[in-house]
Amino acid sequence: MELISLLLKSVQYEFIQKALLSGTFLAISSSLLGIFLALQRKSLISDGLSHVSFATAALALLIGLSPLIISLPLVILASILINKLVSHAHIYSDSAIGLVSSLSIAVGVLIVNVGSGFNVDIYSYLFGSILAISPIETALCIAASLITIVLIIIFFNDLFLISYDEDYARISGINVKMLDLTFSIVQSVVIVVGIKIVGAMLISSLIIFPAITSLQIARSFKSMIVFSVSISLLSVIIGIFSSFVFNAPTGATIVLLNGILFLIFFILNKIFKFK
Amino acid sequence: MKQIEVRNLSVKYQNAIILNNINFTVDKGDYIAVVGPNGSGKTTLIKTLLALIEKSEGKIEFSTKKIGYLQQKISIADSNFPSNVREIIRSGLLINKKSKIYSSIDNEKVDSIIEKLGIEDIKYKLIGKLSGGQIQKALLARAIISDPDILILDEPTTALDPNSRDFFYNYIKELNEKENKTIILVSHDIGAVGKFAKKILYLDRVVIFYGTFSEFCHSSDMTKYFGNISQHFFCQRHN
Repeated sequence: MELISLLLKSVQYEFIQKALLSGTFLAISSSLLGIFLALQRKSLISDGLSHVSFATAALALLIGLSPLIISLPLVILASILINKLVSHAHIYSDSAIGLVSSLSIAVGVLIVNVGSGFNVDIYSYLFGSILAISPIETALCIAASLITIVLIIIFFNDLFLISYDEDYARISGINVKMLDLTFSIVQSVVIVVGIKIVGAMLISSLIIFPAITSLQIARSFKSMIVFSVSISLLSVIIGIFSSFVFNAPTGATIVLLNGILFLIFFILNKIFKFK
Repeated sequence: MKQIEVRNLSVKYQNAIILNNINFTVDKGDYIAVVGPNGSGKTTLIKTLLALIEKSEGKIEFSTKKIGYLQQKISIADSNFPSNVREIIRSGLLINKKSKIYSSIDNEKVDSIIEKLGIEDIKYKLIGKLSGGQIQKALLARAIISDPDILILDEPTTALDPNSRDFFYNYIKELNEKENKTIILVSHDIGAVGKFAKKILYLDRVVIFYGTFSEFCHSSDMTKYFGNISQHFFCQRHN
């Protein structure tokens, strides 16, 4: 009873309301994005880009600007760079991601070392602080998520075909390059707005985990979408409440819940053979 | 009526010449078997026609955009892909489709093609859990669901057992004869495809021969190229 009254009391706080609102939108957009990235074997790109966002957030804090303003264009540039390295320089995609990712962390660490005064701020970008996000950050998160969701709905069938058979998508007249670029940008935006919520080190798990968990049980593409979004929403909402109740870091709690859900469905699939 | 015209087509990769000065035309209703040894450039030719590989020189002209394609099974990778046969077949309707939403007519087309190919029993099965023959039937359904003018098939029977292979070849023949679909079929087995194809395009980085099967069997140039025994072997299997 005490727990329920604590939860009921918590939803009256404005910071919890903002966290739930932005968390819900981010959960839907990142899980939808994650489905296509996982099936196209590109989910590691989000991991690489989240490391880039750490470096760009550090740079923004060093020069005294909003991390959103600096991170957004630089992370988009990094995603285009990864795409170009893979397609033009003929570097394996995991190696290209590794190059950009490690370089970004090195740059980030050097910047943090130079501007030693903002260590506390950078900690919130590294590991997230959803309970401390501003109204502008909430609005940006909702806007970015809505754009992502709308784009995925519009190009849903094209993305499905690209994920299963890229060659067939090309001969079907689908502009694969344009969609690749568009969704690289969308992915960058989701990562940048998401780092304040779960942190640069953990945002990629919000993209990857729900897709991989739903893959354990989905028997059609439609069911994968339903499972993936539900798992993501469940982990984000329960994660926000649990972190409030147990006074734990929100981003890490959400990721841990995602990990637990993956383990449960992985084991259930091994026992009951859903697929 | 001319449907495809290929002029002076060459494909190079780094410094290697994969295809050199390829010339041929395809007329409506043709059934062409593209044959040749391993590494002769058959798949490269098909992928270049479909603009999946960039050409180095030459010209390719299509008089239609309605093309169906069935690739080698090996290029379809993910056995874990969370999609059932129905969803995969329906994606074949996206060819040059303006509206990105499937209508009820589209869903009826899917059911009709599933019935035609006799694959009702697998329509809700995951694509990655099917046998080689079942996957090829599903992908054939995807290739023909948009009612293409030209059907391009790249070694489609590699994963099939003899019964499925016969069904496959007979079905393609029917499409060619009854619906006047143009067929381009890649194979390395002249004997097998010679039973069905009207023309043979023998490729070995260059076009060695292009003409009817009968011309192929009676060509003295081909006798010189293959030797008497091999040519006789191909043509005997045909008969």
